[in-house]
Amino acid sequence: MQELDIERRCIEIIAKSKLLPAEAVTRDKTFDELGIDSLDKINISFEVEEIFSITIPDDALGSLRTVGDVVDGVVRLRQSTSIESAAPTR
Amino acid sequence: MKRVVITGLGCVTPIGLNVPEFEDSLFHGRSGIAPFGLFPEAVEESNGLRFNQIASISGFDPDQHLASGVTTATNRTAQYAIVAARQAASQSSLMQHHAPEDIAVILGCSTGGRSSEEAETAKLYYRNARVHPLTVTRTMASAGASHVSIDLGITGPVFTLSTACASATHAIGLAFQMVRSGMATAAITGGHEAPLTWGFLRAWDSIRVVSPTSCRPFSADRDGMTLGEGAAMLTLETLDSALARNATIYGEIVGFGMSADATHITQPQSAGAAAAIRRALADAGAQPEQVGYINAHGTGTQVNDAVEAAAIHETFGPLAPTIPVSSTKGLHGHAMGATGAVEALATVLALRASQLPANVGVTQVDPTLNLDIILDQPRPADPTRDLALSNSLAFGGLNAVLAFRRYAQ
Repeated sequence: MQELDIERRCIEIIAKSKLLPAEAVTRDKTFDELGIDSLDKINISFEVEEIFSITIPDDALGSLRTVGDVVDGVVRLRQSTSIESAAPTR
Repeated sequence: MKRVVITGLGCVTPIGLNVPEFEDSLFHGRSGIAPFGLFPEAVEESNGLRFNQIASISGFDPDQHLASGVTTATNRTAQYAIVAARQAASQSSLMQHHAPEDIAVILGCSTGGRSSEEAETAKLYYRNARVHPLTVTRTMASAGASHVSIDLGITGPVFTLSTACASATHAIGLAFQMVRSGMATAAITGGHEAPLTWGFLRAWDSIRVVSPTSCRPFSADRDGMTLGEGAAMLTLETLDSALARNATIYGEIVGFGMSADATHITQPQSAGAAAAIRRALADAGAQPEQVGYINAHGTGTQVNDAVEAAAIHETFGPLAPTIPVSSTKGLHGHAMGATGAVEALATVLALRASQLPANVGVTQVDPTLNLDIILDQPRPADPTRDLALSNSLAFGGLNAVLAFRRYAQ
């Protein structure tokens, strides 16, 4: 998946989580600016993990402050050799 | 209003299947938190959880206590409730001295008969199997209170209430108010919870507040709570009633405070917690200087422990760092709707023994909290400060605080 696609998908997830217009969610925006609190962040991370088949470690979650952090984190995790599915398998 | 005293105690917990065992573990720092194995429902070779410790009850055999018909009709949560209530009722001889219609049973429970619900739902969804006919009565949250009333023959006010982690504290508080006001002459009150199912653990894993290491309340590097289960029960009656029949008095409840944060479904606010503490003190007619121990909610999460510390400072001001504080969740885990009762039991035992339990599990105390956390060993209680508070600060911003006083003849 291209990085631009990852960014677009992440923005969609974040915008949908808080019912924001997608154009209001840009890389530079902080979670504080978007009204995203810690519970929202957990929800968003859960969706991101499901869609990109990655696992976001707890300490990485704590360091996410901006939309760009999420996008960059997803790119990094997908490139990692130890990609781990977060979704339970049946 | 009448004074309300505690005349019986009972419990089924990860650190004791009765009160003497519980007390021994409490004062010897013997934790019931341990690693758990692979769940049978796990579809891979690991549970796939970020954590591997829970505080579960071992060695509890319902058939040793209950008729087979009762065991069949009940989920473990109600079984814990019945056995703990029986211990308290038996110790207090409550049923021999109070008319059954004048006794209240008020219990806290937040998840009901969860294991029964999950098992039956899984069969239904995966195999379109029939649902067991006793599923409704096993799973309903009020089953514990109903079965306690049936087991003991109590026909007064009987109900369950649910406020997440504060359920049992709210229950004890309401029972206290009913006895104090004369609505009931006695009460059996506390909480029970048996939530440690596959679905429950996975749900808590997703919200990322369970410790992947260990429960270390008030530690600088604390990283979450440990889930638990169990039940604890107290019998309450008026002081006059207890004295008239020469009952053993284990302690006194002197105040109860409640509040809601009205802000967030998970994030606590210190103002709300402080309000509940202040209201408990006001209800007790007590001054802050009289508080000699706080049994904290102290789950071990970064947020709760910081907010609770702030609330203690907001309430007590310069006195805050002088009040001994401990969380006992490092011993018995977080038993959800039962936790408030387990901690009430610990607080009552602490006052009675004049020994304040240590905050087990702490690694290095977080200095930013500026609290007097009891470390290593139980600490002798200050005889001049005979009040203790037990805090419960629940998800959804529901706060409940009980004030206890050491009873001296």
